[in-house]
Amino acid sequence: MSDLIGSLRVEGRVIYALLMREVLTRYGRHNIGFLWLFVEPMLFTGGVAAIWSALKAVHGTTLPIVAFAITGYSSILLWRNMTFRCIGSLLPNLSLMYHRNIKPFDIYLSRLILEIVGATTSFAVLSIVFGVFTTYITWPENVAELIAGWLLLAWFGMALAIFLGALSEDFEFIEKIWHPGQYLLVPLSGAAFQVDSLPTSVQHLALLLPTVSGLEIVREGFFGSKFRAHYDVPYVIWFNAVLTILGLLQLRKMSRSVTPE
Amino acid sequence: MISLHDITKVYHTRKGPRRVLDNVSMVIEKGEKVGVLGPNGAGKSTLMRIVSGAEQPTRGRVERAMSVSWPLGFVGGFQSTLTGYDNLKFISRIYGQSHQALLPYIQDFSELGHYLFEPVKSYSAGMRARLAFAISMAIDFDCLIIDEVIAVGDQRFQEKSRNELLNKRREKSMVIITHEMHFIRENCTVVYVVDHGKLIRFPDIDEGISYHENSFRR
Repeated sequence: MSDLIGSLRVEGRVIYALLMREVLTRYGRHNIGFLWLFVEPMLFTGGVAAIWSALKAVHGTTLPIVAFAITGYSSILLWRNMTFRCIGSLLPNLSLMYHRNIKPFDIYLSRLILEIVGATTSFAVLSIVFGVFTTYITWPENVAELIAGWLLLAWFGMALAIFLGALSEDFEFIEKIWHPGQYLLVPLSGAAFQVDSLPTSVQHLALLLPTVSGLEIVREGFFGSKFRAHYDVPYVIWFNAVLTILGLLQLRKMSRSVTPE
Repeated sequence: MISLHDITKVYHTRKGPRRVLDNVSMVIEKGEKVGVLGPNGAGKSTLMRIVSGAEQPTRGRVERAMSVSWPLGFVGGFQSTLTGYDNLKFISRIYGQSHQALLPYIQDFSELGHYLFEPVKSYSAGMRARLAFAISMAIDFDCLIIDEVIAVGDQRFQEKSRNELLNKRREKSMVIITHEMHFIRENCTVVYVVDHGKLIRFPDIDEGISYHENSFRR
């Protein structure tokens, strides 16, 4: 038992050290520093929301476009940035393996935590700012449901990032195919459509991607009464669990063959 | 004590698997100074990384009851866009030590002056090595790893670091890789020779050195 507490303490120390190192390396101490962590995704999401509103680009929904864009793009940034931060992240950090307590898993975990904090803060700040100062967004009808959907999306993102990250160390082509891969996934991820407006025959196909269910739950939490959601929670949990296990297995395999210079 | 039990390490190369270490065992006792000899590419550094835990063996078991350093003076672990002090903070956090407490020693020993608060990328090679060596000394490891000894900084700094290492830290365990035989002769208590994947132990230092010199001379 005290062994476990000891290891957890070491793990906490290592993650904290890696987090601080990553924040300082990425954002430095100049201008707004670590605030970029969520200002950057906010600019991205805000820009998309502006363009979508101007073009009225969203298909088949009567929902407010700004709110639709903010929920959609925030969720894309959540899983996409996590994978980008993990793929190929070990090679430049191999020398850290000389510190015995640092494992490849710790490098991934510290990056995942940063991305989750960044994307979540950006989502929350945008929702609050637009909710308080404009009429584009109404306050979420069911915050607990919104959080549940968000957590499912984050879990999917973490599992995918660890799996692809660990795989990319063994197979370089993963990095190459993930660029077009994520680009193709974006329109399918549910960000720019709602399942209810799809033909009934393809609705179940759309739900094969777990991000679609996750986002439908987030949007139901947000819009509730104005929104007919379609999702399959047990399927998403199964999908995420299997992906998590695959990711951890690959991570274990990869970790055994890591060779620092 | 650190003990390696039946360690095998296989690397996958284009020409197929290469067995760098083949079912080897070794024990490093507290205070022991272990010299590791063998030709280039024999697997000395691989053995070192398995001892320190930087790398996992393909098969076999490692028991580690001592804390082990990174290779002394190893500069690759620094994040070069961060300052020397930020790098010190990072390493202190990893090992659960207070960077405020270590700072005076680091400042004094590394002789970096105000450069400690500049990005590491602005350092010369010698300055990086001095910082790395100072941090390795500041964290109190039980076992120090020395890969190609202490060519840190100028003559005076080299003497200073040898003194710090060999006199002030006499009680530490050390694993030493070097081609300077006189260093092995003067400091080691036991020698291992890595020979075609096998590890041969020589409690008699001179015997180990002559085995090494006879086997690998061309």
